[in-house]
Amino acid sequence: MKKIRDFFNQGGLVLFVLGRILAGIPIVIALSVLVFVATQALPGDAAVAYLANTATPERLALIRQELNLDDPIWIQYLQWASGALQFDFGTTLTGETEVTTLLKERIQNTLILMASSGIVAIPLSIAIGVYAAVRRGKLFDNLTSLVTLILAALPEFVVAIFVVFLLATNVFQIFPAIAFVDPGTLAWSNPMALVLPSLTLVLAVTPYVSRIMRGSMIEVMESEYIQMARLKGLSERTVIIRHALPNAIAPTIQVIALQLAWLAGGVVVVEAVFAYPGIGTIMIDSVKGRDLPIVQAITLMIAALYVVLNILADIGTILSTPRLRTKYARKNDTSDVFAAMDGDE
Amino acid sequence: MAKKIKPKSQMRVLLGLTFKQRYAKIGAVLVGIIIAIAVFGPLFAPHTFDEFIDAPNAGRTDQLLLGADYLGRDVWSRFLFGGRTIIGLSFVSTVLGVGLGLFIGLFAASAKPRTDSLIMRGNDILLAFPQIVFVLLVVSGFGTSIFLIAVTVGFTHAPRTARIIRAAAAEVMERDFIKAAIAVGEKRRRIIISELLPNVTSPLLVEFGLRMTYSIGLVAAVSFLGLGLQPPAADWGLMINENRGSMTVQPWAVLTPIFAIAIFTIGINFITDSFAKVAIGIDRKGKE
Repeated sequence: MKKIRDFFNQGGLVLFVLGRILAGIPIVIALSVLVFVATQALPGDAAVAYLANTATPERLALIRQELNLDDPIWIQYLQWASGALQFDFGTTLTGETEVTTLLKERIQNTLILMASSGIVAIPLSIAIGVYAAVRRGKLFDNLTSLVTLILAALPEFVVAIFVVFLLATNVFQIFPAIAFVDPGTLAWSNPMALVLPSLTLVLAVTPYVSRIMRGSMIEVMESEYIQMARLKGLSERTVIIRHALPNAIAPTIQVIALQLAWLAGGVVVVEAVFAYPGIGTIMIDSVKGRDLPIVQAITLMIAALYVVLNILADIGTILSTPRLRTKYARKNDTSDVFAAMDGDE
Repeated sequence: MAKKIKPKSQMRVLLGLTFKQRYAKIGAVLVGIIIAIAVFGPLFAPHTFDEFIDAPNAGRTDQLLLGADYLGRDVWSRFLFGGRTIIGLSFVSTVLGVGLGLFIGLFAASAKPRTDSLIMRGNDILLAFPQIVFVLLVVSGFGTSIFLIAVTVGFTHAPRTARIIRAAAAEVMERDFIKAAIAVGEKRRRIIISELLPNVTSPLLVEFGLRMTYSIGLVAAVSFLGLGLQPPAADWGLMINENRGSMTVQPWAVLTPIFAIAIFTIGINFITDSFAKVAIGIDRKGKE
């Protein structure tokens, strides 16, 4: 307990964490400008694009009014952004549904899918990486290195369809090929529906994390303090779990965060394959229907998630690296911290 | 003047070492087969890609090597025609993206610290968009067009490549021969082209291989989602999408293009990984 209290007493660290969080704000603002510019502000008329050949002057005027297309572009942006701040992304183009209401359940479903994949993938890839490092050059190491090399090469939808072929339709018929979730309920009410989409994402993420974990673990195992621990006569098990593993995980945190952020994009295609009712399927439908408010909202949320995960990863790296933690707590100089983090990249 | 490294001979040595490895050899064969199918396949197609030749989802016969697809077109012929677009588009977007990223990376590394950090901060912001999400965002604003997709996929590669190249070039900038070149008063453009560029060719090639596998994934995914090439075009991504519903009765229409894409990306990854081990000696950090 005392340890934890001491830890929070180190004011520098709290300042650093606050600083990182504050630094995220201008980035999210820049992201929102980009999302807006990439869709609405481009030359060409969103209203014409949306209505395509069904455009009549009256309908055009209506849509233009709905999208505020007659206002100057920066007013349009401010209106959209101030709404987005309060999670109000306007109404969809196709109906009177609020974008936020439409997305609420979908966001939860996607988070459930990401969480269930992450919970399996992260421990699994750490375990594979550690074991491969310990058995370096042996059968397990060679085998996992080949399998991860192959899996890392495959696009996620290729993995997804292969998984369907193998476990749902052709070879075995164990799991449903379509992730059906009763409207009004969340995805965990039908766990079977989660299995194949999660499995696909696990297969997509595990190769990267396990390879980095293996590399990091090999480096640590060759260090002097591990030699020291061995010379003290500790069992190999203790050396690996108590001494090597905690030090090898720190550099992997950034990669794990990167992979979690990648999951947010990866789910889009994987959800489409399984018709999983998350933000990915609705994003694809909205892209096809050119329903800009929905596409903008989802893109902004996914990009903001990336920023949040990166901040968490930076904080996690500091907390899990005693060298950085104490150095930072002592003086308010961020340059060392950033230098050390850049060195990890 | 500092002694210049001869990039060609050094690169030849690295490539020689790369292709001595077993995986690189296997990779070269796999990639060669798929490129051959994509380029020369249409010459050997028994039917055109949009000809109806049998009942929908007809099984394999002596005449129909892989049966018919969901509309009754020859799967084998469509497969032979379908590689050109995906591999061509992936190649174009990779060249565009890696080229743009290379330019940004070298420019930032050789710029004043303030400009450098400004460029890289802007670059970091672009990294927040997963590639497929950004491509979808642009498609929703502009509609589907093959040209647009190739350019957008390339554009999403650029910030990722720029980061890698900038890091590599920043290290080179610290070396004495660059300092000497600056002291002698060499123009910046000359420093970039004849001093920096030859010294980042290894990370550049690794990036190219990596980006090529992602390009294929992205281009195929966009077609697979029905937002890329439109029917009746023959394209591996589109074939998978069209025939997915009847996979139970006619798996070949899905499996053939799936395997072709898989073999191609695996082959490229084998070569890239072997080269990275020889030239840089590190594992890459992750999918982004």
